[in-house]
Formats: sequence, structure tokens, C-alpha cells
Amino acid sequence: MKIRQLSLFLENRPGQLRVPFKVLGEAGIDVLTMSLADTQQFGILRLVVKDWERAKKVLEAAGSVVNITDVIALDVPDRPGGLAGVLESFDELGLGIEYMYAFAASRERGSHATLLVRLEDPDAAIRQLGSAGVKLVPADELFKRVGA
Amino acid sequence: MGAFPYENRVWDPAELLPRAELVALQTARLAETVRRAATIPFYRDALGRAGVDAGAIRSLDGLRRLPFTHKDDLRANYPLGMLAVPRAQIARIHGSSGTTGRPTFVAYTKGDLETWSGLVARFLVAGGLRSDHFVHVAFGYGLFTGGFGLHYGIERVGAAVVPAAGGNTPRQVMLIRDLGAEVLVCTPSYALHIAEVAREQGLGPGELPLRFGHFGGEPWTEEMRIELERQLGILAFNNYGLSEVIGPGVAGECAARKGMHVQEDHFLVECLDPVTLEPVRDGEVGELVFTSLTKEALPILRYRTRDLASLDRSPCPCGRTGVRMGRVVGRSDDMFIVRGVNVFPSQVEEALLRVEGTAPHYLIEISRPGALDEVVVKVEIRPGDFSDEMRHMIALHERIDREIHAVTGIRMRVELVAPGSIERSAGKARRVVDHRKPA
Repeated sequence: MKIRQLSLFLENRPGQLRVPFKVLGEAGIDVLTMSLADTQQFGILRLVVKDWERAKKVLEAAGSVVNITDVIALDVPDRPGGLAGVLESFDELGLGIEYMYAFAASRERGSHATLLVRLEDPDAAIRQLGSAGVKLVPADELFKRVGA
Repeated sequence: MGAFPYENRVWDPAELLPRAELVALQTARLAETVRRAATIPFYRDALGRAGVDAGAIRSLDGLRRLPFTHKDDLRANYPLGMLAVPRAQIARIHGSSGTTGRPTFVAYTKGDLETWSGLVARFLVAGGLRSDHFVHVAFGYGLFTGGFGLHYGIERVGAAVVPAAGGNTPRQVMLIRDLGAEVLVCTPSYALHIAEVAREQGLGPGELPLRFGHFGGEPWTEEMRIELERQLGILAFNNYGLSEVIGPGVAGECAARKGMHVQEDHFLVECLDPVTLEPVRDGEVGELVFTSLTKEALPILRYRTRDLASLDRSPCPCGRTGVRMGRVVGRSDDMFIVRGVNVFPSQVEEALLRVEGTAPHYLIEISRPGALDEVVVKVEIRPGDFSDEMRHMIALHERIDREIHAVTGIRMRVELVAPGSIERSAGKARRVVDHRKPA
């Protein structure tokens, strides 16, 4: 359920975003999904790859500041109101979401979209959401779905 | 003495002189010093230009009418053009390294050497030295005042000197361990190196016999003190001095370790705005200016040290009455003026320390895009400061911004930048780039 996420500090200058992807590409590491948060001054790039330890090593060797955090993956019914229903469970449990973004899942299964969610205490959230019937996705399965 | 980690002993009763008696003594000694200085051609001319009659200085207020002495004046009078005694009365010569030009020499009579060793004895005893201690001196011996200055102060107290001097650190560690030195004397950066080498030899914190450290000769920080105390299992003390004034012994810490007591019966200290040369308020950072009161061979009037520090005149629990100077936080040569306000790189560093605990690499860039000066502070992000959560990063950015404003009184634009993106030059980091000045 817990997915290791890499976060990188980026200066808000042309060309900065390309650097980490180039480094990962040269190391043969496939980026499974990403999200970019930005301010006028700087940005935070968040990445999910299968071999996060190697990714961290090559990125740091290239001079990046890399932070590792756990996010959780969950399936959301792919229909109008699907996400609203899941978020209702979060609200009922009093779980605050720091941020979330979509996982680049294949559409084969059809019935679900997959989201990555950052919470303050992922372990507690996993227990609570599991018992509330929210469909959490283990890391292996997540990677298998995209053939990683 | 329960407030202190060891007995608060005073070497010289003069350290406890009530202020009124101290001022009377200073006044008499200042008059004598000016008379003595007036026998030196350089000072005779300088006093003449300032319109000061050497016999007319009868109070400390007269100090402000006296001319300043600069490092360049000593260079211009190379090698020994500023002596107030015949050459035959000189007992020792020391000198500055001359890293920024021709070396300068300073001279001592036998009486000056007695005074000096007594001043060194004062701060060593204030910082725990006792006659039964062994003291490992890892200062260089030579023209530099550190080695011999400390050496004779230690002997004056009656303690044993191990004159190890510099170099061969593994051997220094062995000497400290085998001879059982309780006290270490060197520069703070060399002390850190000794600790590092000791650790490599399997000697952890507190496994050397050391109990006290007296460090000087270069500026250092409270953070370094904590490190030194932890790594060497000692109490670490700061002392201050410069060869032009006498050498180490101008000021030193007591057991309270809240600033260094200036030996005011031997030196007058002023803390001045380096631009206007007006006194700054107590507690504010300014340039320290010293006037010797008892030196025979080389009396010095209002020597501009370029060292930036603040003064604290509040009473000290140790009972010493000498005003306390804070750590040297920078050099007035590095100061820049923004929108009419004096700013020191060390202030920006202090603000960063407040926010992050340790100061990251930073660069101050000053420009004048329109009518007003604009200051950008680039701060390198370090792994420990970086968070994947935007609100934490924005909070960090705002905190740095707020602290810089609080410390300097100036609004600077803070830019968080990637690690390694600020250029490093060999050795000394460049802290300020002023685009206003033509290259």
C-alpha cells in the first residue's frame, strides 16, 4: 500500500526540469508517474519509480537534493462522483490530505482510476482506510499493472 | 561559586577594580600614553594634524580627539619606525604574517613582556587554568604572537607547558594522551582537527585527558564551541588579541562565558560605526578600536582593528569589571551599505543560523536596477531542509526572509537555490557580489 516517492528540489529556471529525467533516462530508470508543484521561485518534483534506491543514488550523484517519503495508492471508481465518495471516507476518518496526484495506470481494467495520496501518517491511514472499505493498492500490484 | 562549572579564581585583583577607580587609572595612563606617543615622529605629526596638544589630554573624553592608527601606518613605518624607546631597550619582536602585503613588526620592552604574560595569565586562570595543570600548546612558535604569548602566560601561572607547536597531528594526539595534558591551547579549527584525528585513532569524546581549551587567533562560532566541547570533552574558552595591540590577552572569557572581558586597565576600547566613526550603542555591532595604556615600546592610539563585535557593559556574575566584547562576527572591510544602512555578511549568516541551525552556503547580490538598491540572498537548499510538502518549503522561505529582516533591518529577496549552484572559490567563500560597483 505504501509507495516510496522521491521528491526533488528544482530551481525555477529554464532547463531545470529536464535534468532529473535525463539522469534517470541514462540510468535506464523508468518514471511511472510524477507531479510538479511550483511557486514563482522554485518547484518540487515528485516521482515514483520502481527502484527508488538506485534512482535516489543517481539523482544525488548528479547533485539533486532528494527526499524520500511514503505515499499510499488507492483505487477510485471510474465514474462520476467516484472520488467524492472516497474523499468522504477521508473526511469521516478525519484524515487530512497533504497532496495527491494520479497514477498513470493502464485503462485495461476500465473500472478504476488510481491515485497517490500523501498523508501525515501513512501507516495509520492505511489501517483506517482499509477498514473503511477504501480500495488500497499494494506496491507490487501497482507496478505490475504498468508492466514495471 | 555554585553558578560556575569550576571555582571562579581571579589572577589579578585589578580585574575587579570598581569602575570609578578603573576610570581614574585609565585617565592617568592615557595621559602618559599620549605623552609617550608624542615622542614618535608618526604620532607627533598625527597629533599635530588633529590639533591635539599631547599634554592636554586630562580625561577619557579626550580620547575621541586623538587620531586613529591603521594597519597601513605600521606598514608605512616598516620595519620599526614607531618605537617610543631606544632600540637597546627592545626585548622581543613579533610580527604579522603579511598575508595581505608586507609584514608588520611589533616590539616589546622587558616591561611589556611582563605586562603581556600577566594579561595572558588573567584569561587562562579565568578559564580554569591552575598551577598543577599541563598545557599543550599547539600554536605556532615564531613571529606570530600566539605561541610565545600563551607560553609565557602559562609559565606565569606556574603550570607546565608542552610546547608542541604546529603540525604532525597524530603525534600531538599522542603527546596529549601520554603526558596527560588537562588544557589545550590552539586555534579552534586546529582543535577540531585534533579531535578528528583522535577519533580516527579510536579515542572518542572525553577519552583524552583534556578538561579545558583556550582557543583564539581566528573568529569562530558558538556552534564550533559546542562541537569542540562535545568532541574533546572539555570546556572551551574564547580569547582575543592582535599583535598591533599586544597579542593574545587583550580580552578573554571568564567562567560565565558570556563575552570576553577586555583588560581595560591596559587598553581602552571603543566600538564605532566603521563609516561615520561615531560610537554605536552597547549591544550593537561596530568596529573595535583599541588604545594601549601601558605599552612602552609601541604605544598605540585608537588602532582600527577592522574586527566587528559588540560590547556589553552589564555586570558579570564573575565579578570582573572589564567591559565584555562579543565574538568577532566579521571584518569591517566586508561591510556593504544598502539604502544607507550598514550590513555585514555575518548578519545574514546569523539569520540563516537562527532558521536552520547551521548556516548553508549563501551569496548576497546587490544591484540597483532603478533608483533603489536591491539585495538578493541566494541560499542553497540542503537535504535536511528540503521537504516534499510545499507549505514547509514556503514556511522555510518566509522564516529566512523574516530573520534576515529582523537581524539587518533590511528587506532582502530570498531565493532558494539548488545545492552546489553557488560558486566556490578555493578556501574562502565569496559572500557578497556588488553589481553597483563598476567592475
